[in-house]
Parts: sequence; structure tokens; C-alpha cells
Amino acid sequence: MPVFIFIDHSEGHVKKASLEAISYGAAVAAQLGTSAEGILLGTLSGDPSQLGKYGITKIHQAAQESLNNLDAQVYARIIADTVSAAGDSVVVFSNNLSGKAVAPRVAVRLKAALVTGAIALPDTKSGFVVKKNVFSGKAFANVSLQTPMKVIALNPNAFAIKEGEGTASVIPLSANAPAPKVKVVSATAASGHVPLTEAEIVVSGGRGLKGPENWGMIEQLAKVLGAATACSRPVADAHWRPHNEHVGQTGIAIAPNLYIAVGISGAIQHLAGVNRSKVIVVINKDPEAPFFKAADYGIVGDAFEVVPKMTDAVKKLKGIS
Amino acid sequence: MKILVCISKTPDTTAKIAFTNNNTKFAGDGVQWIINPYDEWYALVRALELKEKDPSTALHLVTVGAADTEPIIRKALAIGGDEAIRVNADSSDPYFIAVQIAAVARAGGYDLIFTGKETIDYNGSAIGGMVAELLDLPYISLATKFDLNGTTATVVREIEGGEETDEAGLPLVVSCQKGVAEQRIPNMKGIMSARTKPLKVVEPVATESLTAIVSFELPPAKAGVKLVPADDPAELIRLLHEEARLF
Repeated sequence: MPVFIFIDHSEGHVKKASLEAISYGAAVAAQLGTSAEGILLGTLSGDPSQLGKYGITKIHQAAQESLNNLDAQVYARIIADTVSAAGDSVVVFSNNLSGKAVAPRVAVRLKAALVTGAIALPDTKSGFVVKKNVFSGKAFANVSLQTPMKVIALNPNAFAIKEGEGTASVIPLSANAPAPKVKVVSATAASGHVPLTEAEIVVSGGRGLKGPENWGMIEQLAKVLGAATACSRPVADAHWRPHNEHVGQTGIAIAPNLYIAVGISGAIQHLAGVNRSKVIVVINKDPEAPFFKAADYGIVGDAFEVVPKMTDAVKKLKGIS
Repeated sequence: MKILVCISKTPDTTAKIAFTNNNTKFAGDGVQWIINPYDEWYALVRALELKEKDPSTALHLVTVGAADTEPIIRKALAIGGDEAIRVNADSSDPYFIAVQIAAVARAGGYDLIFTGKETIDYNGSAIGGMVAELLDLPYISLATKFDLNGTTATVVREIEGGEETDEAGLPLVVSCQKGVAEQRIPNMKGIMSARTKPLKVVEPVATESLTAIVSFELPPAKAGVKLVPADDPAELIRLLHEEARLF
């Protein structure tokens, strides 16, 4: 009964969140004294066996090009068939957008207990208990998975990628893929930017920036930090920034290592989308801004003076001229 | 056209999160309960817009919950919908809940099933996908736009770092998020008519729960903000680099 990990890829590359899931699955396998095996649907630009360095010994690959487009229904069928052939197993997904589409379907097909939003390795002292985020980051729940088959969807940026030595053997999967019922008409990716959900550092702006013309300094700070940019809801609603940058309760929930909030007061709805960030920095001229209560570091000051100086300091530190 | 919208009862966004019974139960006393915002603002309102466009559409709401969810389902009916079904069971297990919704959906023969992208309490984001699999239907998750042309749905959904436009026939399950519709406030006529709309209570179908919440925990309190003088942003960068080791 191995631990299976779904390998999520896009444009030939395994997503960072999926590498985290692989590392997590390998750690679960070590804990259970079993092996970790990947399931790869479609093709990568590199050699999949290299993924062995993240701790998986085998990769079951259905290498049809047609599988490069994720169809949740088709994927779920192939994954569930592969897993059930091996008997009772643990199946690990990233709880990213792909995982949210596929993991619940796989759990139903396997009649497996499902936990989404996992943030830690299972506690297997008595039973199988996984800690997950609940109440939009304001609490954790310890969830007991009570079936022999188990599905875990790991929150992005909750488990560190662990790289070691090793190659995985690639086993071709003769997938009996049904025709997709959903037709993908078009797809656009915001190219040249770090996707928000995968970013380790996020620089975010709010109403305090006064207008879209002032976003240059946010972008500059983000650029020198290798960060993604984000914004608060009023900013997206005013069309100063695109909606896909809106983080918060109704926008995207993120959990970067560092979240820098500039000119954002920190309404509870905004915090719900960012409170899982490991370190929060708040720049606001209002010392009473509620965000300071949730912050680790802060500057009470004028963003228009502070942010360019931060950019200069990062440049100096990194030796960027 | 028959549409089913899944409605969940959640604590208000600003509710204090605390637990009782040795941290096994959410402290719900004195908490204001609301319709899960994603269910209300996006799934329900979009379904309502489809009904306004085609008045022959039957719009039903379903919730899985104990009798205390009835004020919430009445509030949803005040926004819109012809009737509601409450499955009389209280569960935190996504499989149990999905089996109940799938049973209601199967009995009603719906063309479209809408859910919110997740609930703001358990943040599971699992019900839509599970219901779809139980019914062997396609599922489009995290929709930001939904249009219907005859029996073909065109749906824009969020993908990592971008968006994708999909087409699918009916029946179809869709989870809705921001962009699909705009929040509506119920008017007096809606509130009055909601009182007399049918609210059927059905008993759950037999199935087991596959998970259980053993306990809840609150995150450790923040140590407090470390303030850096406004004239020395370089010090902040130094702290982030040397103390927090973030880059």
C-alpha cells in the first residue's frame, strides 16, 4: 500500500505546489514505512525520472499528449483506477486549483476519507489524524480519516520542498481515458509574472496608494524581491488593478512566506485571505490601522516615501544597480 | 430548465472564532449566522439571473443541516428561488454531505447544480466535485463567469496564474466565486414571499461519515508588531533579511 502523489504540471513543468505535495507524500510514506509513487498524466518537458530526488521511487505515467489538459472527470478515473489496483493507499494532492478540481472526485471513486487544506504530516499514533486550516485561517481542525483509503490535499506553501538524491523508475500507465465532457475553448496565463498562489513573497497595495498610476513603486519593490503583486478588494473593485490580483475573503487566499501590505487598513475580510502568511509587514500612515495587530513588522509612515526606500535597500542588499 | 443551488449556513465573517467542549465544538452561542457568502452572492444570484432570463426555470435550494438552519434557508428564499429542501442532518464530513445533495439532485433531475467555491467555516472546497462524481457529471470548479446558450454552458474558470474558458453540455455541476454575479440585498417583497415558499424537510439517506473532526485549535497569538521608524526603511529590510531570513 504505497503513498501515491498526483503530479500537477503546466507547460511541461511540475508546479511548485506539486513538488511540495511530492515531498509531503514521501514524508508520509517514510512515516508509514512504505514507498511513495507519483502519478503523472500527460508529458513533461524534462525527464520525469528526475523527480526521484524528491523522494518518489516510481512514477506511473500515462504519456498521452491529450492528457496535458486537465479534465477532472478523466483524471479522477485514471488516478482512482491506478490507486485501487494497489489496494488501500494514501493519495496526496496539492490543494491548489487543480487539486480542488480532482481530489474530491478521486475520494468519491475510492470511497476514501478526504481532508483538504492539510498543513502538517498525519498523526498516526492512534488512527490517522491530519491538521487542516478552517475558518479562513483563523483556526485549525484535526481531522480523523476513518477509511483504509485516504485522500489528502496539502495547502500550498505549508510543507517545504525536500530535495535529495535518487531517480524514479517510470512505469507506463495504459490509461483507459474516457472522452472529456468539458471542452477547453481557450486558456490565458498571466505570463512573465509569478502566479500569486505560488509566490513566496507578495507585495500588495490598497486604497492608500490613491490611484492606479501609483502602482509603479509596488511593482518595483515586487520585482527586486522576486515577488508577485496583489491588491485589496476596493482596489480591484475600482478597476485600479485586475481582479485576479485581489486577495482576501472573496478573492484569492494566499499563504506566502512574506506578505507586504502597503496602504491596506486590514479589514477582517482582507485578513481572511492573507492571515496564513508566515510573516506580515504593514506599511500604513495610520497607526490605528487594524492590520498592525496582525503584523509581524510595520512602519507607520507615508508609503510614497517608505516603499521606494525599501526597494533601494533591497537593491543594495542584493547588489542590483 | 431546473437548477439546484447548494446553500450552507456559516458563522458571519467577523464572528469570533472560539471552541467549547474541550475544543471539539465551535462556540456558536451569540454568533450571527449567515448564508455562506460564496453560495449567496455568486451561486444563488447567478441562478436567479438565469431564471429571470427564462422564467420557466425551476430554481430549488438545498441545504444539509438541522432545524436551526431554517432561518438561513428562508433568507436565501427571500433573495430568490421557488422552493427549498432541507436534509435533516448535521455533519462536517464532505462525503456524507455530498451523498445527501446527490440524492436530492438525483430525485429532482436538475440540469444545473451550483455551489459556492467553498464554505468559510470548513474551507473544504470539496462538495461540488464530490456531487459531480457521485452523479457522474462534469464539474467546472472556481467559475468566474457563467453563461448559458440553450443547453451549452460557457464557463470561465480560474486556473493557476490565469483563466480558462470551457464549454460543457448539461447536466453540469459548477462551483462559483467572485465574478459570476454581484451580491443582492433581499427586498421586502422577497422577504414576505419567502415565508410562504415551500420548505421541504427530508430525512438523510443512509450513508456513513468517512471523516470526523477530533479537535479544533487556535493559532498561537502573534508576538506583536515590531515597528521600524519611518525614516529608516533599510532597517526593515535588514530585519527581514537577517532576523526573519526571508530573502
